[in-house]
Amino acid sequence: MFDLFHFTTAEIAILLLSLKVALFCVALILIPATAVAWLLARKSFFGKSLLDSLVHLPLVLPPVVPGFLLLLLLGNQGLIGKYLHEYFGISLAFTWMGAVVASAMMAFPLMVRSIRLAISQVDLGLEIAAQSLGAHPLRVFFTITLPLSMSGMITGLILAFSRSMGEFGATITFVGNIENETRTLPLAIYSYTQVPDGDLPALRLVILSVLLALGALMVSDRLERKANRQIGRGHD
Amino acid sequence: MIEVQARLERPNFELDVSLQLDHRVTAIFGPSGSGKSTLLGIIAGIIKPDSGRVVVNGECLFDSRKHINKPIHERRIGLVFQDGRLFPHLNVAQNLAYALDFVPASRQQFNFEHIVQLLEIGTLLQQRPHQLSGGEKQRVALGRALLSSPRLLMLDEPLASLDDRLKNQILPFLKLIADEINIPMIYISHSKKEIMQITGNFIHILNGKAKS
Repeated sequence: MFDLFHFTTAEIAILLLSLKVALFCVALILIPATAVAWLLARKSFFGKSLLDSLVHLPLVLPPVVPGFLLLLLLGNQGLIGKYLHEYFGISLAFTWMGAVVASAMMAFPLMVRSIRLAISQVDLGLEIAAQSLGAHPLRVFFTITLPLSMSGMITGLILAFSRSMGEFGATITFVGNIENETRTLPLAIYSYTQVPDGDLPALRLVILSVLLALGALMVSDRLERKANRQIGRGHD
Repeated sequence: MIEVQARLERPNFELDVSLQLDHRVTAIFGPSGSGKSTLLGIIAGIIKPDSGRVVVNGECLFDSRKHINKPIHERRIGLVFQDGRLFPHLNVAQNLAYALDFVPASRQQFNFEHIVQLLEIGTLLQQRPHQLSGGEKQRVALGRALLSSPRLLMLDEPLASLDDRLKNQILPFLKLIADEINIPMIYISHSKKEIMQITGNFIHILNGKAKS
């Protein structure tokens, strides 16, 4: 009856834009999230619980709040955005790069949580053993801690990717809903539901979202199993 | 050869020792909770005492008064633990080779093949740690510590998690290392029987105090 799987070029463009935003988001936060996760898992320092709370804040706030804060900070008239615009010609508000920043803020706590959990499960004794062989702590991190946290890293990547693909509130507040620039999948679905005859394209995008989410979960499951086999878990 | 003075106070525990170890092989003996592993941690740089001094072969590794505290990776002290602590994501050969990366060729005391032969682990090289028996793990752990060409080898209850049959399989290797390899060695155990098979020089630790 309806051509549910016949995606139009406009819909494909929406999908590609969403993928671009999500991939850049993951790339942007991977290193800082790993660093923060390591700090929270392995170090005790003054202000640790404050850092912990700040990182998790976007998870418990209504997404429109971080979106609005981003607008105040990084908008073209914002505290920092003003200078970015004036000196570097970078404008984040109402651009796809702004959408990356908005979803990065929302995805950051999810990535930190998974990686932190994985790092805290790595036996500290193995790290000490590696150091006793002469390995500098930084080397220990890359050769022991990180490989042994791989399954948590993968979970974190997939969660952050999916969170970014699904980001709505912070994105629409900070960068609006501009076709071919900031209108990602959830924003497009919302837009279609607001216009007459929009149900069918909305439904197609919903199907696309579900397929994508399923795919991401299945890939992550496979990768996690592989990572666990590598370190001999799931054998004993 | 090895001089250790250390004071450490914890809520339910106090360690206060002053030791001079002149023999190449010394055993430290005492019940669990007596402080022998804490002493090992202090020598290795894992635990920082409240005050004291650690000198190995004339080189000062820790001195609270002079504010010297070398990090673990600069102390060159080979450690073998009760649980082996092999890296689970690396196979046996890679575990052994991990140690070699940090030894300049000029300071290398053993080569890979020699250690593999000595500890009879040649058939295990491609295996992963989770495929090894407890005794095999300990032999690999011993080999890995030796390949780091340490200035001091410390073994912390290396046989404690093995049954008697396996213990008797590993003891000859430990004896071999103690007798034939020219590295100072500290052997920690709660079992006097075990210690007597390795060396006659031992120090008794009880409630954080040493009695020779």
